[in-house]
Amino acid sequence: MKDSYSFSSRAAYFFLAPAVIAILIFFFIPVIAAFIMSFTDFDIYAFGSLDTVRFIGFRNYIQLFEDPLFWQSLQNTVYYVVLATPLAIGISLGAAILLNTKLIKYKGFFRLSYFIPYITTLVAVAIVWRFIYHPKFGILNYFLGLFGVNPIDWLGNPTLAMPAIVIMSVWKTFGYNMIIFLAGLQNIPEDLYEAASLEGANEWQKFKAITIPMLAPTTLFVSIITIVGYFQLFAEPYIMTQGGPLNKTLSIVGYMYQEGFRWWNMGYSASISFVLFFIILIVTVIQFKLQKNRLA
Amino acid sequence: MKKLFLYTFLAITSIITLIPFIWMISASFMPDGKASVYPPVFFPTEFLLDQYVHLLTRLSVARSFLNSIILSTMVTFFSLFFNSMAGYAFAKYRFAGKSKLFNLLLVNMIVPSQVTMLPLFLMLKSVGLINTYFAILVTGLANIFGIFLIRQHCMAIPDSLIEAAKMDGATDFQVYRKIILPLAVPVLVTLGIITFLGTWNDFLWPLIALTDDSMYTLPVALSSLMLEHTKDPELMMAGSVITIIPVIIVFLVLQRYYIKGIMMGSVKE
Repeated sequence: MKDSYSFSSRAAYFFLAPAVIAILIFFFIPVIAAFIMSFTDFDIYAFGSLDTVRFIGFRNYIQLFEDPLFWQSLQNTVYYVVLATPLAIGISLGAAILLNTKLIKYKGFFRLSYFIPYITTLVAVAIVWRFIYHPKFGILNYFLGLFGVNPIDWLGNPTLAMPAIVIMSVWKTFGYNMIIFLAGLQNIPEDLYEAASLEGANEWQKFKAITIPMLAPTTLFVSIITIVGYFQLFAEPYIMTQGGPLNKTLSIVGYMYQEGFRWWNMGYSASISFVLFFIILIVTVIQFKLQKNRLA
Repeated sequence: MKKLFLYTFLAITSIITLIPFIWMISASFMPDGKASVYPPVFFPTEFLLDQYVHLLTRLSVARSFLNSIILSTMVTFFSLFFNSMAGYAFAKYRFAGKSKLFNLLLVNMIVPSQVTMLPLFLMLKSVGLINTYFAILVTGLANIFGIFLIRQHCMAIPDSLIEAAKMDGATDFQVYRKIILPLAVPVLVTLGIITFLGTWNDFLWPLIALTDDSMYTLPVALSSLMLEHTKDPELMMAGSVITIIPVIIVFLVLQRYYIKGIMMGSVKE
């Protein structure tokens, strides 16, 4: 009697099968395969005959450590993340706080205009920005010129190319963080602010004593999402600088793509992808640790 | 006074945020060379469609547009179907290995997709599926975030509803089809728009997996056009408009659902 309409597990497997098989074949197995590949010398000759592939232990990883171009790409990517993350978080938090004040109307419009860059196609906006940064005809130099700044070769200058990409990335992504911060701000109970006002706290004190601590979990989440996303930098340099000038915008994923799909050094490329994975893993573990500490 | 300052600040920063789009649209209506002048011209003197005609007739952007539409629609359809079945099963069924399987899937979420691309390329190449729609479709058939989102939504559906339908003789699939899916429409719309836009905007994997320009999606087509047209901002801006406008339309229509999706994503713990 009871069994006749309890939920049978055979039906569950039927429902799960398509998604789980798809993830298994097209995600899980490739991850394992990539891990194995990273210990082989899989290269262009392997396309002719798989017999040429040999296990070489940690040689790819050792080679990475001695590869100046890899260090360059790692350094570039870390520089990009370190520069872009605080900017993206600061600007999005500022925008969220402004849009959360009760003083203003038409919030929907402002929120929309800040958010639009986030949903648009990265490749297309990277192309737009490439022309915006044009040293002679770009509109950025034109506006700066109005303030007396001499034309700057943004993408052609080795020290400025990465900061230029950072500006574009922050513009592209801050709207996403802003939405999450807005949700976080709306979850802070109003009476906390009222109580603080009664005790004579000013706006800055309230911001420091209430908003910042209450937003801490949100900020942590946003930081992790942002850092993990920024470590996967690829399309912006691919479109705007091709990794140049002087390899100063070559990213980890860019180097992985170059080694794997341009030179077909797939074993070596796989080891680069695992370094990326390892970095993302560390960032995520730190997040979990921080979250636990907060709860404890 | 404070209010006036706030409005001015918000208006100026909004305009700064939107300027790249305004310039993109303006330049796309200009004749060759008109966007490469100093000082820059912000509004075209006349609206010319030359760049669009050139892109859609002489260059194969119309074909890429079609590829993008077909692929984004296919991926959205299949992933909603697969994810909703799996999400429902995780929410409402008891079966051996459930929590192990679920945790295994969750752990996978931290693996960046770039890791899978080399073996996936080799796998698909060995069976002749590189440079086909299939190569893009397989990576989007199911995703863990989608399963998770639908599971959360389905857990709120009362068991009694499902039990009543079963007592009336409904099969498991009928319950899913007639009860669960209709109740899950809001989360399906949310997930659908995220998937559609994600597939439309995706770049690295299509760049790797689509090798022939007749198969290119819009982002890949644009990036390859850019190699030959670095000095044609008008043409490239028209290409960017063609790529971005559908995204903005879809977003404006379904904004509410999209924003909700972001917020749901941010509360996963």
